[in-house]
Amino acid sequence: MATFVQLTVTGLSNGAILALAALGFVLIYKSSSVINFAQGQFLLIGAYVVWALTVEAKLHWAVAVLGAVLVAIALGIVVERLILRPLVGQPIISVIMVTIGLSQVLGALVLIIWGTTPRAFPEFIPSSSVDLLGAQVGASRLWALGLVAVALVAFALFFTRSRHGIAMRAVADDQQAALAMGISVRRVFALAWALAGVSAVVGGVLLANLVGVSGEISGFGLLVFPVVILGGLDSVLGAVVGGALIGLLTAYTGGYVGGGLETVIPYVALVLILLVKPYGLFGQVRIERV
Amino acid sequence: MAGEDERGAGSAAAAPAPDPAAGALLALNNVEVIYDEVILVLRGLSLHVGEGEVVALLGSNGAGKSTTLKAISGLLPSENGEITDGEIAYAGRRIDHLDAAGIVRLGICQVMEGRRVFEHLTVEENLRAGAYTRRGDGLLADDLELVFGYFPPLAGRRRADAGYLSGGEQQMLAMGRALIARPKLLMLDEPSLGLAPKLVAEIFGIIRRLNEELGTTILVVEQNARLALEIADRAYVMENGRIVLDGPAAELAQNPDVQEFYLGLTETGERKSYRDVKHYKRRKRWL
Ligand SMILES: Nc1ncnc2c1ncn2[C@@H]1O[C@H](COP(=O)(O)OP(=O)(O)OP(=O)(O)O)[C@@H](O)[C@H]1O
Ligand SMILES: [Mg+2]
Repeated sequence: MATFVQLTVTGLSNGAILALAALGFVLIYKSSSVINFAQGQFLLIGAYVVWALTVEAKLHWAVAVLGAVLVAIALGIVVERLILRPLVGQPIISVIMVTIGLSQVLGALVLIIWGTTPRAFPEFIPSSSVDLLGAQVGASRLWALGLVAVALVAFALFFTRSRHGIAMRAVADDQQAALAMGISVRRVFALAWALAGVSAVVGGVLLANLVGVSGEISGFGLLVFPVVILGGLDSVLGAVVGGALIGLLTAYTGGYVGGGLETVIPYVALVLILLVKPYGLFGQVRIERV
Repeated sequence: MAGEDERGAGSAAAAPAPDPAAGALLALNNVEVIYDEVILVLRGLSLHVGEGEVVALLGSNGAGKSTTLKAISGLLPSENGEITDGEIAYAGRRIDHLDAAGIVRLGICQVMEGRRVFEHLTVEENLRAGAYTRRGDGLLADDLELVFGYFPPLAGRRRADAGYLSGGEQQMLAMGRALIARPKLLMLDEPSLGLAPKLVAEIFGIIRRLNEELGTTILVVEQNARLALEIADRAYVMENGRIVLDGPAAELAQNPDVQEFYLGLTETGERKSYRDVKHYKRRKRWL
């Protein structure tokens, strides 16, 4: 029972972070149909920038997170404007290639600036253990869960209540009709990239807090793909449910089976889902209008 | 303003006859539109809409009616179309170089063919999206009431996803979504498409009321020529990317060609039998 509770907390907290990273991915896909292969590197950059601002620049962690959020917003907007906007109307494969290239460039950039040595993340969340149903679980994991929940609620409110949030969903629904209502589709694309950056910073920081700062973070970021394939590329709810499912699946496999199977099982799930339910659990089967 | 003066001066020099488009709210002058850099669709189209008028634009399938509206509302770039010649002026100002958002802000709003509601957004969210170009949320509550006043069936479905509405309700939502942007010029592309006759009559009644009660200027593209001519002050008939006929709606309704081709009437004013009109069926979807 104790093991089960521990694994569940580990799985859910990892899954929550994955959900956040996947949310950024889904935002970009939904609004502009771009598949962003660099989402994992966005996590990495978020984690490193916060690390550099707290440990090297000795700023308070809250200031550092704010700084990293600004960096992420700027990065997202620059990528959208300089790299993706010129590609509008180009075949989807070109866009995919460009974001794969982008992921390599960003990964290399982080290596050049910060090297390969893993760094310990400054403790800003208590790392003590708490007793939960007879099991010892890390407080930082519960914090991660709670913070992600807050972030997801904030996103949900943004999408249903704010003018720009509704405009984003309108663009995702019918781009030309949104244009006809005076909604600036370009601004919405930029906003999607900026928000993807923000969700990646928060996810990257929470992840670094659990596993330290190293290139491993972008590897974890790759798990975004099984998550979005499982949940559905264009579903926000799917990102959350997919994140939780993949997190739990990995944790249980690691705990009960082990032997490295936990690192492949998400991708096995990915292939299976593609075979049986290619649009994922919550994805829309696109109906083309003619 | 400078553009208006220049145009006025130019036409005065060329032809002393008074320019009917002078002072119009909207004026298209010799507009040419090309899609995909090769497909010529509008071939020197000119029309104007005066402030407070209801103007109908009629024509067979593929004549370029929707293209005309998209040229005005700035939607052509989203379909790889381009205005290659001529000019479009609104309230005396050239607007053919503006983007769609800029044009909506000037007070022009288009309800596109096929309704195009945001299916995954609720009715209220659709309306909020329509109010995007307006700020000041205090106004929004009043505006929602205004829309529900004109389209009562929407009031009871505020929280329903627009995708689940009936065709008629969706048409009302598409119009309400445009109305909430409080346009001075409302352009409607085939509002009757796919609706039962009773609903069509209701929708056209509302269009007339929007014009009379709110003073909204209306340009309506319609397959149902009979209804369009009933509610319009003036009408244009287009063929092949050009205007071929125009005049007061009542006059056009009496024109033998219009009666024959667009209203399906014989010279004696009787409705033709299906056998007789079938001949035109291929060209005229609305017969
Ligand atoms: N996006 C586009 N790309 C290329 N050609 C187009 C495009 N849109 C319209 N056309 C062509 O332009 C011509 C006019 O089309 P348009 O939609 O303006 O006609 P319409 O008068 O609105 O017809 P309908 O009554 O069928 O709605 C047609 O021949 C059509 O094939
Ligand atoms: Mg049309």
